[in-house]
Amino acid sequence: MGLQVENLTVYYQTLRGSVQALEDATFSIADGEIMGLAGESGCGKSTLSNSLVRLVPPLKLIRGRVILDDQELPVADVERMNAYRFRQLSVVPQYAMNAMNPTRKIGRMTSELLRSKRVDYRAALPEIKRRLDLVKLPQEVLKMYPIELSGGMKQRMVMVLSTLLNPSLLIADEITSALDVSTQKAVAEMLVEFRNREFVKSIIVITHDISILYQIADSIMIMYAGQLAEKASTETIIHSPEHPYTKMLIASLPEVGVRYADTRLTGIPGKPPLLLDPPVGCRFRHRCPVAFEKCVEAPPFLEIAKDHFVACWEVFRKYA
Amino acid sequence: MKRYFGRKLLVYILTFVLAVTIDWMIPRFMPGDPISILISRFGPRQGGYEALQGYFTSAFGLDVPIWQQYLNFWRALFQGDLGISIYVFPTPVIDVIMRAIPYDIALLLPAILLSWLAGNNFGAIAARSKRLDDTILPLGYILTATPYMWLAILLGWFFGIVLGIFPIAGAFDQSIPAPSFSWLFISSFLVHWFLPFISLFLVQFGGWAIGMRNMIIYELEADYSHYLEALGAPTRLVRRYAFNNAVLPQITGLALQLGVVVAGALVTEVVFSYPGIGYLILQAIQNQDYFLLQGCFLFIIFGVLLANFLIDVAYVLVDPRTRMGMQGEVG
Repeated sequence: MGLQVENLTVYYQTLRGSVQALEDATFSIADGEIMGLAGESGCGKSTLSNSLVRLVPPLKLIRGRVILDDQELPVADVERMNAYRFRQLSVVPQYAMNAMNPTRKIGRMTSELLRSKRVDYRAALPEIKRRLDLVKLPQEVLKMYPIELSGGMKQRMVMVLSTLLNPSLLIADEITSALDVSTQKAVAEMLVEFRNREFVKSIIVITHDISILYQIADSIMIMYAGQLAEKASTETIIHSPEHPYTKMLIASLPEVGVRYADTRLTGIPGKPPLLLDPPVGCRFRHRCPVAFEKCVEAPPFLEIAKDHFVACWEVFRKYA
Repeated sequence: MKRYFGRKLLVYILTFVLAVTIDWMIPRFMPGDPISILISRFGPRQGGYEALQGYFTSAFGLDVPIWQQYLNFWRALFQGDLGISIYVFPTPVIDVIMRAIPYDIALLLPAILLSWLAGNNFGAIAARSKRLDDTILPLGYILTATPYMWLAILLGWFFGIVLGIFPIAGAFDQSIPAPSFSWLFISSFLVHWFLPFISLFLVQFGGWAIGMRNMIIYELEADYSHYLEALGAPTRLVRRYAFNNAVLPQITGLALQLGVVVAGALVTEVVFSYPGIGYLILQAIQNQDYFLLQGCFLFIIFGVLLANFLIDVAYVLVDPRTRMGMQGEVG
């Protein structure tokens, strides 16, 4: 059960060639797991989420399988995927603030959306109202237009909407990025609450804000330049990461109680590679302090300890 | 709400007063003298000319100071008196206009409404069909860029002169004495109506189709469309939402077009000698007919303002975002 992704490789087809945005992603998420997906801009986080939700040109599936609840998803078939979207697999998009049709009352839009999925709005109404109460939205929002809601309210409304059919997997794409810090926390906690109440079984939280993940995620997966770097429990990623990129990423985060007047906050020297023509092997090796000859081969994503996956030859050598 | 419409109404009244003032000024500051044109038509003998000029100048109220003329104009306006036409002397202007208006409505209302409906639907279909988008839409660009009179002349030449199917002048056959509800008149009217109609229809159709296509593409790329798609909503629902939102600016366009229905389609009517307001305006200018010109413009002012006001009301009903703006103004 849960989600299994095997060798998922997705490229962007452009006029100048394929942008190799996601290369051989293999990972799984257990039922009840909230997995954070982090990495810098352009590392393939959103490509991964789009591949699961809506794989349309210029995205192209090169190889790989996605299995959700023991069923293989036809990710490359936009039409057939419609049967799985919303019911099994849902998304709270990055643009949640503008996700609702501006000229429809929210209730009416919800009912039209549900009817298109052959769900009776009247029957669902009590549950909708319960969930509105849960996220502290007044029930009157159903009679309002999206423009009458504040940004945070719209965000919560979309969260309720997206999870209405109790999907197995929810993908929350950068949902806290546009919010102020106090709202961020509330929204993040709401995700946990949704999981605890089993509105959704598992969640992928995509963000570049690791501090949010530290609060809510059970596990964190780090990506770099289209490749998976490391996946482990949140504690492990934060306190004892193994992959050199993860180490440097965590080291570059400011810590509470430390004054940075005297010590400079370190970054990672260099820039991520262009994915139109990425380096062969490990894509981090040009910036990696511990790279050696072996790194011209792409490292597999292996489990070095229980639930701790890493793709790094140096780490394998250490654990061998 | 009340304050919103109150403010709107004030703006409309101001616009009306200003427009009417300009309307009164334009013919009076045109070069030329309408009275001498009128008199020259009678071809009076020596000596009679001065007598006639004195008579007509005072009869048309042109002998008082200019500010007095302006006030008289407003007074007459409120009594529904637009003066006497010089071009079709001595018919009252209001009668001349009323005679022309049915032709305008019969010509423009169907042309505008049908081209709007057809153009919007075609544009919406073209937006999602690559083949239509590549083939017929360029035709839309050509059509909308075509000057009305040029297309009218081409159509008139081809269908009227080369093929000889349709007549190219007038609104009905000259042998029919007066409009009536007889089969003879109606059939003659329709045959004369077709060419001006189709030339207006085609040009406007191109414009609506292109506008709608661009709007639909924009709306289908909007976040709310993507969200519906991500939730696996059927294409039908996504397209319906996109269409409903894309049609909003088109409604404004339609209402503005309807506002000038009474103005007629000047160039088309001139090409086909079609006796609508557009044709009247040309005649009024050529004959220095102050009063007729003023009257025609006045109808246009009324039409445009009324249409704008109706759009304001319609938008409040159709688009919730305007309603919000309204509350913002009050609050």
